[in-house]
Amino acid sequence: MTSETVSEMDGWEVVIGLEVHAELATATKLFSGARNEFGGEPNTNIDPVSLGLPGSLPVLNEKAVELAIRVGLALNCSVQESEFARKNYFYPDMPKDFQISQFDQPINGEGWLELPDGRRIGIERAHLEEDTGKSTHVGGGGRIHEASYSLVDYNRAGVPLIEIVGKPDLRSGDDARAYVSELRSILVAIGASDGKMEEGSMRVDCNVSVRPVGEDELGTRCEVKNINSLRSLGRAVTYESRRQVDLITSGQKVDQQTRHWNEEDGRTHTLRSKEEAFDYRYFPEPDLVPVAPSAEWIDEIRAAMPLLPGERRHRLAEEAGIQPAAAALAVERGLDGLALASMDLGADPARVLVHVENNLADGQGALTADAFAALVSMETGGDLTATQAKTVLADLVDSGGDPAAVAATHGFETMDTSELEGFVDGLIAEHPDDWEAFVVGDEDERRKKSGFFVGQVMKATRGQADGRVVNEILERLAAGT
Amino acid sequence: MEPDADTSTPGRITRDDVAYVARLARLNLTDFELDGFTGQLADVLDHAADIEALDLDGVAPTSHPLPLSNVFRADVPTVGPAEEANHRLFCDEVIAAAPAAEESRFRVPPVLGEAP
Amino acid sequence: MSALSLAGSVRSGERSARSIVEEHLAAIADGEGQIHAFNLVTADAALERADRVDDVVAQGGDPGLLAGVPVALKDNMCTRGVPTTCGSRILDGWRPPYDATVVERLDAAGAVIIGKTNMDEFAMGSSTENSAFGPTFNPRDTTRVPGGSSGGSAAAVAAGFTPLSLGSDTGGSIRQPAALCGVVGVKPTYGAVSRYGLVAFASSLDQIGPFARNVADAALLLEAVAGHDPLDSTSIPVSAPDLLGVLDRGVEGLRVGVIEEISGSGPTGLEGFAPDVQARLAEAAEALAAAGAVVEKASVPSTVFGLSAYYVIAPAEASSNLARFDGVRFGLRVDAENTVDMNAATRTAGFGDEVKRRIMLGTYALSAGYYDAYYGKSQKVRTLIVEDFARAYQSFDLLLSPTAPTTAFPIGEKVDDPMLMYLNDVCTIPSNLAGHPAMSVPFGVGDDGLPVGVQVLAPANGEPSMFRAAAVLEAAAGGSAGVAL
Repeated sequence: MTSETVSEMDGWEVVIGLEVHAELATATKLFSGARNEFGGEPNTNIDPVSLGLPGSLPVLNEKAVELAIRVGLALNCSVQESEFARKNYFYPDMPKDFQISQFDQPINGEGWLELPDGRRIGIERAHLEEDTGKSTHVGGGGRIHEASYSLVDYNRAGVPLIEIVGKPDLRSGDDARAYVSELRSILVAIGASDGKMEEGSMRVDCNVSVRPVGEDELGTRCEVKNINSLRSLGRAVTYESRRQVDLITSGQKVDQQTRHWNEEDGRTHTLRSKEEAFDYRYFPEPDLVPVAPSAEWIDEIRAAMPLLPGERRHRLAEEAGIQPAAAALAVERGLDGLALASMDLGADPARVLVHVENNLADGQGALTADAFAALVSMETGGDLTATQAKTVLADLVDSGGDPAAVAATHGFETMDTSELEGFVDGLIAEHPDDWEAFVVGDEDERRKKSGFFVGQVMKATRGQADGRVVNEILERLAAGT
Repeated sequence: MEPDADTSTPGRITRDDVAYVARLARLNLTDFELDGFTGQLADVLDHAADIEALDLDGVAPTSHPLPLSNVFRADVPTVGPAEEANHRLFCDEVIAAAPAAEESRFRVPPVLGEAP
Repeated sequence: MSALSLAGSVRSGERSARSIVEEHLAAIADGEGQIHAFNLVTADAALERADRVDDVVAQGGDPGLLAGVPVALKDNMCTRGVPTTCGSRILDGWRPPYDATVVERLDAAGAVIIGKTNMDEFAMGSSTENSAFGPTFNPRDTTRVPGGSSGGSAAAVAAGFTPLSLGSDTGGSIRQPAALCGVVGVKPTYGAVSRYGLVAFASSLDQIGPFARNVADAALLLEAVAGHDPLDSTSIPVSAPDLLGVLDRGVEGLRVGVIEEISGSGPTGLEGFAPDVQARLAEAAEALAAAGAVVEKASVPSTVFGLSAYYVIAPAEASSNLARFDGVRFGLRVDAENTVDMNAATRTAGFGDEVKRRIMLGTYALSAGYYDAYYGKSQKVRTLIVEDFARAYQSFDLLLSPTAPTTAFPIGEKVDDPMLMYLNDVCTIPSNLAGHPAMSVPFGVGDDGLPVGVQVLAPANGEPSMFRAAAVLEAAAGGSAGVAL
């Protein structure tokens, strides 16, 4: 599946707004002291409140409020006085048959999130609400419409959620993925959530509409549910936007619907139409009182916030003299601290970033900034070839140590230039036709033949030669002919 | 009912309205009950119409009788090691009291559709 | 014998808790057939509990301020392992897996829970005729209603089945039956007594409070159950008020206002107040004046709109609170092909007409398109009532009104006319909307020889002065008003 957008193909623009639910990393539920734990035996993380037993009453978890405020601050939202409301609807996994959520007074108002490429995506609000229990559908292959009965487990009921409602500022599946990926990094960085989409602790609902490029009015949107990974998100957007364009171009119109993404067939399916819209009868939750965080409390929370991924990208980019987008991978891997420290110790920023991106995919392991800086200096000083440096780096990640000592155990000593010239002379003598082709050939041919000679040298020296130096010798000799 | 009356003064509740709210509230009504309830609800709502005379512009709504705010609990599980046995008992009582249960879960007939 | 003296006799070792409980169980066995105050009498558990209290006394321990005193609970307070029905078929047979906070407080005070009392289904009613288990009869005249919705708790105290009971009051459900049965009934300040474990009717209005045969006993019970509870977010963060200690302070210098609008005495107020009830109110006002209070007419104009606001707000909250009775987790289930039909079949079979009526009324008031017209406006009226009371309390320490417009009415008289029934609550509703305390004190009888109650109203946390006035009225009315045990 490619991630090409509809607009690239045929002059349509896709408009996407995401609603992301993330479970907050508290020890207990939003409104009671029952445990907030993934898994566990069915119906053991329960109490009268999370079962909605008659007479039970909610009491708000202070930690959940603090984490919600952290999310608000990280998303540049206005943190404000808020109230809870009841959203009324019958469903067996909702123990009280209403959900305690925030309606017209969310804890976090408007804000924005910066993508790695520097674009700002608007945030409408980020509010607190409680999660539902989980139903297992028995019979009919586990499909809800064909099941013969269902079993309900309330372990998850009442787990605190933050719902982050984004503005319709995204324009492609790639945009949507970048947004969710950035949001997840932020939530994890501030300790608000573990952000695991596969375990359902982070869930994405996606509003998609299409319009001709240049049109200002938004098209009729559909909400796509059941997206369980970043990959599905891209696929679902691509499928749904194409479906809508196909409808319009064939003279039909898009109906406002809620649709269900099916991972297996790669399509979205009608869940319900607008006519079946629910009358939720929101009203202020009388069992809870307003939340009015003081300026002091908000300041305290702000002061304890770690650096956010965007701030870290900017910091690394500035130090390395690159664009923030180029620093994204290092930050995503959590290696920006290591990179900055080794640069501070004098390591060449470009080489540092090359290693971070190519050779440290699994993290830094036992590698220290000191060792990393020393290794990069040996490499740029000509004491190690790129290939040798990679080998040494792998050892340092595995078991630490001093790079010079590790290089010595591998017997890595760089050959000096005169020794290499000898090798190259011998090779030219052995392969006169290739040499001729290198000397007179066009650029393409030259590149091919230089590759051949470097490869031969590497083979003959068992990788101890520095490829850059070999190339220099070839160029010099050719110029001299 | 007056057509296009001020939107703040809805017309008298109709039989269809009552049928709609009964469905929302998951109550089955016979035709006879529907007629009876429509009249009774209309009476109560007619009485509530005396509020119409009041000037309520600029009056803030009261949803809590007391001016409390920021009531929190600490993020500490209620059940520690000392309460574990009693908690087990609680979980067992809950499942035992369920109208239908299977494998410690509440059993319900097919739910037909996804949650809203 | 008063609860205070019973507890005193147990604490001093003069009497055993068992003998007291046995005596009351005997009274129940004698009279319950005519009254039907109880849905359940927990005789065995009560005797066991009494024995434990006696053990504590025998070992020289402190058995608590309510040692050995029987207390009956309205059947909407959760008792672990003991059926709690709310007067509804939908909870028939349900045994809660936890105790309400008031139950734990009673236990800590050494009280003996003697049973669960009958009530209008989910506390919706003013006559206790809306119970799925049949009506309760007024001990003063068994052809009359005891009032409601806490009719069982009021009747149990009036009949001498128990010296004390707890009820819940959402729009007058303690005070009105107290008046109709001739006992003392108190609705405390909203948040004074924890609602944790009280099956909710209308969360922003519900409050638990005591019934007793005299003012001091009501004070004793309220002190035992009041005080902050971290399990109820709307619980006031203060400890229980000292009431017994101030009862004898009189009303010298207190300013008392008689609310014109809800006593049938003003030009703009409500009508329908019986002349005998108005006469007793006038005598009560004179009694307070004679005891040194400054008594004047008071105006709280928006109280006349209380009923309208209440019959939108309370059903709205109830429609949501009662959604959980869906046949999934507890209580009745009527099976059906799918969950939607099962929910509806269960609720249709499990709820009585009055409950259905209020659920639909509340659902309508909250539904799309009607919220502002009904719920939104009612919440604003609530603000007016709060503001009017605040103005009145600048001039007065306490307010006075009848508790109910009439004495106890015949069984069946109003049951088919919801609006007529709702009018019973015109005097009591404003205090619930404002969150203020109010209590009913027996003050003489009407022309029919049935008890009349006078309502004393106070601002939030004004229970101490409210009880002082109640004690003066009680003395003026000729002491303890209940049927002697």
